[in-house]
Amino acid sequence: MTAQSDIDKGRQPSALVESLVRAAKILGSIAVTMLGLLFVTFVIGRVMPIDPVISVLGERASREAYEATRIAMGLDKPLIVQFFVYIGDVIQGDFGQSRLTARPVADDIARVFPATLELATLGTLLGVVVGVPLGVLAAVKRGTWIDQVARVVALIGYSMPIFWLGLVGLLVFYGILGWVGGPGRVGIFYVDLVPSVTGMILVDSALDGQWDVFWNAVSHIILPASLLGYYSLAYISRMTRSFMLEQLSAEYITTARVKGMSEWTVVWRHAFGNIKVPLITVIALSYAGLLEGSVLTEIIFAWPGIGSYITTALLSADMNAVLGGTVVVGLVFVCLNIFSDLLYKFFDPRAR
Amino acid sequence: MRHMKSLMMGAMFGLAGAVTTVPVMQAHAETPPNMLVIANRIDDITTLDPAESFEFAGSDVSRNVYGKLVNFDPLAMEKGYEPDIAESWDVSEDGKTITFTIRDGLKFHSGNPVTAEDAEFSLRRAVVLNKTPSFILTQFGFSADNVEQTIKADGNKLSITTDKKYATSFVLNCLTSTIGGIVDKKTVMANEKDGDMGNEWLKTNSAGSGAYKVVSWKPSDSVTLEANPDFYKGEPAMKRVIVRHIQESATQRLLLEKGDVDVARNLSPEDIAAVESSDALTVYEELRGRLMYISFNQKHPVFSNPKVVEAMKYLIDYEGMQNSFLKGQWTVHQAFLPRTYLGEIDDKPFSMDVEKAKALLKEAGVDGFEFEAGVREAQERVEIAQSLQNTFSQAGIKMNITIGTGKQILTRYRARELDMYLGAWGPDYPDPQTNAGTFAYNPDNSDEIKATGFLAYRNAWDPGDMNAKVDAAVVEGDTDKRRSMYEDLQREHQQKSPFAVMFQKIEQVGLKKTIKNLRLGSAITAVSYWPVTK
Repeated sequence: MTAQSDIDKGRQPSALVESLVRAAKILGSIAVTMLGLLFVTFVIGRVMPIDPVISVLGERASREAYEATRIAMGLDKPLIVQFFVYIGDVIQGDFGQSRLTARPVADDIARVFPATLELATLGTLLGVVVGVPLGVLAAVKRGTWIDQVARVVALIGYSMPIFWLGLVGLLVFYGILGWVGGPGRVGIFYVDLVPSVTGMILVDSALDGQWDVFWNAVSHIILPASLLGYYSLAYISRMTRSFMLEQLSAEYITTARVKGMSEWTVVWRHAFGNIKVPLITVIALSYAGLLEGSVLTEIIFAWPGIGSYITTALLSADMNAVLGGTVVVGLVFVCLNIFSDLLYKFFDPRAR
Repeated sequence: MRHMKSLMMGAMFGLAGAVTTVPVMQAHAETPPNMLVIANRIDDITTLDPAESFEFAGSDVSRNVYGKLVNFDPLAMEKGYEPDIAESWDVSEDGKTITFTIRDGLKFHSGNPVTAEDAEFSLRRAVVLNKTPSFILTQFGFSADNVEQTIKADGNKLSITTDKKYATSFVLNCLTSTIGGIVDKKTVMANEKDGDMGNEWLKTNSAGSGAYKVVSWKPSDSVTLEANPDFYKGEPAMKRVIVRHIQESATQRLLLEKGDVDVARNLSPEDIAAVESSDALTVYEELRGRLMYISFNQKHPVFSNPKVVEAMKYLIDYEGMQNSFLKGQWTVHQAFLPRTYLGEIDDKPFSMDVEKAKALLKEAGVDGFEFEAGVREAQERVEIAQSLQNTFSQAGIKMNITIGTGKQILTRYRARELDMYLGAWGPDYPDPQTNAGTFAYNPDNSDEIKATGFLAYRNAWDPGDMNAKVDAAVVEGDTDKRRSMYEDLQREHQQKSPFAVMFQKIEQVGLKKTIKNLRLGSAITAVSYWPVTK
């Protein structure tokens, strides 16, 4: 008895140390990942044959003005020093000025990222709510017409070019039927009516209690969100189906059935319970993919998101904006990774 | 990337073609009668500061926001520049000093009066800031060191003194461009930061006296303008103008058909055709300033023979291209000044004539040769290149097309490495000198000088005595005489130069039939919203 409690006592601090070590490891891996990403973006930014001084001053700047700006921008210092200065700036949220928008990149991202976040979140929600049950159903009813329908639905989602679906969707639901709002985040009468708190119009208008703005925003977001939702649904439902098939053919399922459990329990409690972890990975990946911004969807729906922001910046060689955008997207990936790690621990008893 | 996009768009139109012929129900949701909503691509705007702005969508904003000393009347462009902030001007005996009298009673949007001091500040500021378009002013000899003496306000007069005598029309035409915008000195200097003369602030704000003021510019999203009730020509009918950034032609068309926008400015030929057949909509078009041309490098052993170049000009299917894939977008034009410019000519001495070309080649003693043409990866240009490849081959000439990004091709062109270049050229400011000074001017043709700003230099072409003619036209005080000098210059250029100007750009916009008096600015300036009614 006493020996046992002694062991427990001895264990407790080590368990704390262990979780501290684990947390440190996670933080360390984030730090290393981000440092690596920053390094790569920095190098790309410097090897690109674009003179940052000229992009600030214009091509016709005098020699003196050029030199003065070069020194002011710290470009005369050794590369390694420039790298540390860059890291210092980024840590403080300073990505420099965008040449294209004449504003700080951080402000630009604060404007475009919420638009993408809103769209991607709604799209992923739709993808999960429809895709997961569809995948499970297809696995359970394998080989029947339900499975075939699910397969065709997913195949169309996979293989149809998203810009085509988007245009046809706009034509049908906005142009012909008039059920939804057109391109853009809200109608022109609703622009700038609610104060920007989060930058997400749905959230801001709800916070402000401006329900007419909210419903207008819903009518505008529903089509692009459904489109992205359909795209992620296709992926999620196929992956769910194949995870489920693997589980359903396992011996413990046969055992459960032999024991006379209801089909519902067998499918949802036993089989589905075991695919939660890989499914989280799939959903997180699909969500992260949408958070990068879907350039074509943004273009067709005139949605001012991060995808078209980075693309436009890239095409006009606005390197500060490209690097800032890349770092933010990288950060989103890392965060989602950690978040899904945490979820594993919640759902998988072995990982606790 | 662009090529990729155009491929994808091509595929899309193919796929969507069948569906998009379905008529769209006409709108119930209309834009309000005093609001103009425009769909346009505005992601090229990088600044709204008139001393810095040098892009199309930026000039569209600037033209409506800033008054200038002299300006074009959108409804009477052919009259040339007219009084605006300056009600009159005098030219000194020696032709070097122009003194403007500032109009009384004008106000900036802030309520401050428009004075000669503001004009002095604006022009000096543009010279001192030395941004990309500053050459439009500094070509007259203004520099940061001499502006105190050369640009001076005195009471309600502003005088500017150039380094030598120039044609008054040349100087005044240049003052109508974006960089001639007069800013509100008090407001701008109140927002100065680190000695930037308010540049940072003016990039995203406005301080003008024009028909509109800027409410907001959201990059790649929208520009919102609000009417200036005190505009001296009368308050504009459109109280608010919203320009929305809509990238895709098909999306622009849907918005137009639904009535959510009044004007769509980037419609593809397919969508223009659809708009034309609609009852509520119509198509409006204007000639714009861009020219499409090919040029032959004079370092090339065969092209240095003028007979060969002349033959090449007869091997271009001008009409065929205009009437097929360039339909509605480009029109045949063969002189270096775009139509609507001072000194424009409409002569078209060349047409497709294979026999004549063959005879010329024979005279030159050339029998079949091969060369390389550089083309930027844009669908339109690639199509033109393919047409040329086909027609050249009819005279036994083999053209190898090198397709690259704009940057790659331009770098080689500037280094005089391409045998032939196919490209577009847009004038920098609304005076004939802008094109004459590059197509027909190249005072030193040596390799070391690297005068890559001149198109003639890029083709290693020495214009000979045309240099002197260009110089003479720039200082000719009599506008009618000056006009005829450019006419002659272009006729000579058509015959002698290694340039074959082929087409001039047409801009087609789709709009509601109720919209009247929308003017795009033809080849010389930008769009004007203040005369618009609906």
